[in-house]
Amino acid sequence: MSMRFVDEYRSGDVAKRLAASIAELTEPGRHYKIMEVCGGHTHAIYKHGVEDLLPPEIELVHGPGCPVCVIPMGRQDDAIAIAERPEVIFTTFGDMMRVPGSHGSLLDAKSRGADVRMVYSPLDALKIARDNPDRQVVFFAIGFETTTPSTAVTLLRARAEGIENFSLFANHVTIVPAIRAILGSPDLRLDGFIGPGHVSTVIGIRPFRFIARDFDRPVVVSGFEPLDVLSGVHMVLTQLREGRREVENQYSRVVRDDGNPVAMRAIAETMELRTTFEWRGLGFISQSALKLREEFAAWDAEVLYEVPGVRVADPKACQCGEVLKGVIKPWECKVFGTACTPEHPIGTCMVSSEGACAAYYNYGRHAGRRRPKEVPAPA
Amino acid sequence: MSDRPARTEEEVLDAIERRRRRPVRKLMDERITLSHGAGGKASHTLVEALFLPELRNPLLESLDDSAVFSVTENGRGPRLAFSTDSYVVHPLFFPGGDIGELAVNGTVNDLAMSGARPLHLSAGFIIEEGFEIPELQRIVASMGAAAREAGVTVVTGDTKVVERGKADGLYINTAGIGVMERDLDLSAAGVQAGDRVIVSGTIGDHGTAVMIARGDLALEVDLESDTAPLGGLTATLLDATDGVRCLRDPTRGGVATVLAELALSSELAIAIDEAALPIVPAVHGASEILGLDPLYVANEGKLLAIVAPEAADDAVAALRSHPLGADAAVIAEMQSYPPGLVILETAFGGSRVVDMLAGDPLPRIC
Repeated sequence: MSMRFVDEYRSGDVAKRLAASIAELTEPGRHYKIMEVCGGHTHAIYKHGVEDLLPPEIELVHGPGCPVCVIPMGRQDDAIAIAERPEVIFTTFGDMMRVPGSHGSLLDAKSRGADVRMVYSPLDALKIARDNPDRQVVFFAIGFETTTPSTAVTLLRARAEGIENFSLFANHVTIVPAIRAILGSPDLRLDGFIGPGHVSTVIGIRPFRFIARDFDRPVVVSGFEPLDVLSGVHMVLTQLREGRREVENQYSRVVRDDGNPVAMRAIAETMELRTTFEWRGLGFISQSALKLREEFAAWDAEVLYEVPGVRVADPKACQCGEVLKGVIKPWECKVFGTACTPEHPIGTCMVSSEGACAAYYNYGRHAGRRRPKEVPAPA
Repeated sequence: MSDRPARTEEEVLDAIERRRRRPVRKLMDERITLSHGAGGKASHTLVEALFLPELRNPLLESLDDSAVFSVTENGRGPRLAFSTDSYVVHPLFFPGGDIGELAVNGTVNDLAMSGARPLHLSAGFIIEEGFEIPELQRIVASMGAAAREAGVTVVTGDTKVVERGKADGLYINTAGIGVMERDLDLSAAGVQAGDRVIVSGTIGDHGTAVMIARGDLALEVDLESDTAPLGGLTATLLDATDGVRCLRDPTRGGVATVLAELALSSELAIAIDEAALPIVPAVHGASEILGLDPLYVANEGKLLAIVAPEAADDAVAALRSHPLGADAAVIAEMQSYPPGLVILETAFGGSRVVDMLAGDPLPRIC
């Protein structure tokens, strides 16, 4: 297997040229706030140090597109309640293991005896169900449109194969209502968006047109390599400079304008919009999440198991909501790095590697401190 | 916009650094989770807050891989190094090795990193009822072969059998002693700003190979564990130069964890050059797919040498002259600022912090 192709998108030489061009497009003295919607972008930005290549006028604001971060505490409690049932094997992506509920995380439940297993895909969970016919296997389905198709396909396969000891705890959310909520929020002024590349492979780029049309902001759907992000910033600045407001596709090597109709059909066949869904920190957003259609009730963990279903307020000190909306920087949260750390997270943003707080804590927190204080950084 | 924050970014970061450096006195967890065995922050906390207070003594306090001591009263006699490690790797057999070979090499390497010549091992076996004798035979034969290659003998042992379901096949513990034949004090205390960090070869091979061998990823990659005894390589290096200040084997937690510990204990910064990290394409590719960072993935046949700047060329040349060090390279430099932090200069032209991991990406890798 060769992965040499990724290095093409990490070339330091190309990055330098692009950075110089970005600096030229920047109007001195103007402050630009560009939101990267997706947690994958946040992760790439910190992991590769993309901000170090941007002029000081440009601020990257981290958006709500981190699937782990937006799951509210009440849903995590529900998941743990299902996981603690003796007949259940509870399967989940690794990141969700450490998300705190009101009484500890899934990892804590596991140490108390719950059968919680980490999987890389819902199909792995289905395999566990096939291999353990005397147990009930539940998959904790989370994520935006990126992961929803694989959940949908797994569900269709479970039905086709008649696997009855498998079910889904569905928490799939949709990105557009969240962006709309952020654009409608009065406390944030944004100049443009780096649009979510993975989500767009499924839904295409058209659903983001309202941002340009109704809110007069440029959107550039971008890939996840550091050069993709840098090039996305470049395209946003070019639009601003030229007075254009459009949805552009930087990630055309993967994203088609109309997305992936097959994946969309699989979602539509298995799931429908909930009237409303609670997002961590953003509150209830109408028609922002999916549930299983009634004909799939036999595979719906919410139907099969009684869960507390209680709305649980975030710990008072936690400011994940403001971080998710990009209103504050991770370090501006009162508990950042002191009471809330990756080893003892209070909020979800500190758990997921795509969470802005974890990315900043783990990767970015030295920014601008590489040189001794007495030596000023070159302008 | 919300109110102005009470603290500046600089103040927040300084507070975090002060906190990071404070010894941990209290365990916040009520039960042991897999994180406590991952070699990252939780393991560290468990050792500092639970084991150390109850078992404290000057030899243990340094928390090195081996304890080095003299058995004569005046302390002038030959010094010995003593170390132990347990092996719970799953699966028991993986490309490039098995639990038996790992159990010998792991302890041999812990001894070698103190500068000792490994001499004797003990071996303790905890075996699950029902375990197949031919498998055990294979594993013990591979221990024998590994011991011969490393020049050590297994001189004492123990066998326990537990009921079916109580141990996942087989666990092995080994302890070892070695003799310090050189007048060396290899430790983090000797490390200075300007020193170079050298890795003896490609990183992340063992952890990635074991992960893929588990088969639940459906990845097919041609990759073997790097498990190997490092006594010979260490001797070659120490013969070639007296500029070596400190040796570490980056096993669980990988290169990143070792360097993060070193930065904290030396109160120095470490600047890693990402472009200089030797990584085979298979590890690079698998890491991209799995969302892992090879810097944090276990190695079982590599060493990190922190050497004086003027000794770096000789050290790399010496390592490269040995079959186990062919890909040796300088990967980082010790610097004075910012103290206690590891900084990675990315190939992309940016930079980021490299800290110890919270949580366990790869349980039971060794």
